Amino acid sequence: MATLKELSQIEERFTGGHRLCAGCGIPPIMRLILRAAGEHVVATTATGCLEVGTTIYPYTSWRIPWIHSAFENAAATMSGIESAYNVLKRRGKIAQDREIKFLAIGGDGGTYDIGFQALSGALERGHDMVYVCYDNGAYMNTGIQRSGATPFGSATTTSPAGSVHPGKQQRRKDLTRIVAAHRIPYAAQASPHNWRDLEKKAQKAFQIKGACFLNVISPCPLGWYTKPEDSIEDAKLAVETCYWPLYEIEDGVLKINYKPKEKKPIEEWLKKQGRFKHLFKEENRHIIEELQKEVDRDWETLLSLDGKRLF
Amino acid sequence: MATVTGTKKVVGLTGNSAIAYAMKQIDPDVCAAYPITPSTAIMEEFSGYYADGQVSTELIAVESEHSAMSACIGASAAGARVMTATSSQGLALMWEMLYVASGLRLPIVMAVVNRALSAPINIHCDHSDSMGARDSGWIQLYSENVQEAYDNLFQAVRIAEDKRVLTPVMVCMDGFITSHAIENLTLIDDAEVKDFIGEHEPAYSLLDTENPITVGAMTLPDAYMDIKHQQSKAIAASKDVVLEVAKEFEQRFGRSYGLMETYRLEDAEVCVVVLSSAAGTTKVAVDELRSKGKKVGLLKPRLYRPFPHEEIMEALKHCKAICVLDRADSMNGFGGPLFTDIRASLYDAPERPVVINRIFGLGGRDYTAEDAIGVYEELFKVVETGKVERLSAYLGEE
Ligand SMILES: Cc1ncc(C[n+]2csc(CCOP(=O)(O)OP(=O)(O)O)c2C)c(N)n1
Ligand code: SF4
Ligand SMILES: [Mg+2]
Repeated sequence: MATLKELSQIEERFTGGHRLCAGCGIPPIMRLILRAAGEHVVATTATGCLEVGTTIYPYTSWRIPWIHSAFENAAATMSGIESAYNVLKRRGKIAQDREIKFLAIGGDGGTYDIGFQALSGALERGHDMVYVCYDNGAYMNTGIQRSGATPFGSATTTSPAGSVHPGKQQRRKDLTRIVAAHRIPYAAQASPHNWRDLEKKAQKAFQIKGACFLNVISPCPLGWYTKPEDSIEDAKLAVETCYWPLYEIEDGVLKINYKPKEKKPIEEWLKKQGRFKHLFKEENRHIIEELQKEVDRDWETLLSLDGKRLF
Repeated sequence: MATVTGTKKVVGLTGNSAIAYAMKQIDPDVCAAYPITPSTAIMEEFSGYYADGQVSTELIAVESEHSAMSACIGASAAGARVMTATSSQGLALMWEMLYVASGLRLPIVMAVVNRALSAPINIHCDHSDSMGARDSGWIQLYSENVQEAYDNLFQAVRIAEDKRVLTPVMVCMDGFITSHAIENLTLIDDAEVKDFIGEHEPAYSLLDTENPITVGAMTLPDAYMDIKHQQSKAIAASKDVVLEVAKEFEQRFGRSYGLMETYRLEDAEVCVVVLSSAAGTTKVAVDELRSKGKKVGLLKPRLYRPFPHEEIMEALKHCKAICVLDRADSMNGFGGPLFTDIRASLYDAPERPVVINRIFGLGGRDYTAEDAIGVYEELFKVVETGKVERLSAYLGEE
């Protein structure tokens, strides 16, 4: 495990000058993950903020080989790249001692929703890759539409805070557990505020052979209606309220990596974000209560599974 | 399973077995595919070669055709020689990725076993699938029979990977009619195949981590059109490469290919234009009518994209009347895709022939030599009366 000082000395391979918003959670996540990837890494990114914001032709933020092919197929595209590596190495076209890591990245839309099938297929086939989902809770690149990851009650442009339907009416998918159910060797949830934990998980994922998955919460000031300077704090609050628990499932065994000493009420996380503003109206308060119940129940379940073998 | 042994030169194989065998001989780096009738047997037989270690390809049995083409794209951008096969709904599901493959200039080769598109669902032959992909930036070669499909596949590898082209190629053959019919064909020796196709030497690769490249960047109005212009010029110029490769193929293996095949067309008064296996059926009708002194001919395009419009105009301009037989309807109220292309090509002819259109063979509807004779008779009537009663119609239907 590298120290922060050591980490800071590794050459930056996700460069500045990109066009992601100020306070966006994606760049710090990407920088940490690329540092954990080792020297030789190839990446693909699904359509979304990261892709659009880092590669406006003829510029690129990527100092590693990188490809974008479409929205729903990062895992499938990487399946092809990883397979090419295997065969070209076998056929002597790549040096036998050249170890390359493979990184596929998607937003929550590209992972929970439209790219879910391709992800599931790639996990089942067991390609040696790390798939990272940066979950900002909506289709941000296209203007904040709801996704399968959008929190219950959240206002988006396709689940607006109306008088009849006050925000998203459905619960979010528990993608990390769904992914783990593919019996892959490693799946984890992380947050950029806890860089040490994220770094460690990324390193583990790159070390382990087979398909590994990281789900990382990614604050989005634009879509969350939060202050850019608060992003890391907002990510932290998601963890402190147990909305976004930090845990990993390694070889089938679940381990909670962080248990808040004092679990904060979900309200504390919600009230900072404009996307939940309507929930604080009297008639919508019950949604906050429901959300709190859901978070409590999920956290209880997780606690009951801590240290247990899931598969 | 294919019953080919290394010692037999002339064998009887189905179209699917011949393609699978050609793929075995090519031994591509990566093959990603998903089963669909009638192309399934290609991947089944290729999987057999893989299982027995007769190829050292990386085989990806993906969970959909969308992922098949996506994986092909990733692998090709990583410098691999990549192949796949599909039909119908599978090709339709790939649609988005077809454009990505050609726009990224990736030399992927795909066997397309033509089948009708739903709805209503139908597993039999027509060209609705590949015709829907005719503007996707892929080069399209159509094959009349098993031998042509087999030969086209090797040539496709050379065409796609040519530095002047760098464009994916579809090799089409007719579902069931060709894919499932056993025909005699002459095989090429493995070593000769290897020598003909050569090594794949991509200029760039994602696996070259020391020289990182960004592939598929977001492109704005300042550059997008220029990139598309380059692509457009490359596919137009690929016509010459198709001819070069065909010439070399003929020198090595003795079978001659061009942009199209003409059959007794030189002095023909009336002519049918048709793709793939129906051309074989039509040749029977041509011979029969010729034996009665009728001046009939046939033109079978082999290269459909890019469309060799000048050569086609040259070949057809002396005719008085032409019927284009389309095995797909454009559902545009005007005519099938081949018809509009052929008719447009003849616009610049010094004396424009009459060009009519008949849609035939949809969803595997039989097309017989008698049908073809009926078409020629209708063309003679057009010539005699100088009148076109129906410009575009379904063959044999009111
Ligand atoms: C097939 C297809 N459907 C829709 C789109 C439009 N689209 C592009 S990005 C995007 C949303 C991306 O959301 P997410 O994956 O969460 O990433 P984010 O924008 O939040 O970074 C959508 C809907 C597309 N590019 N392709
Ligand atoms: S919209 Fe959100 S996710 Fe997209 S760049 Fe801006 S802050 Fe980042
Ligand atoms: Mg998102």
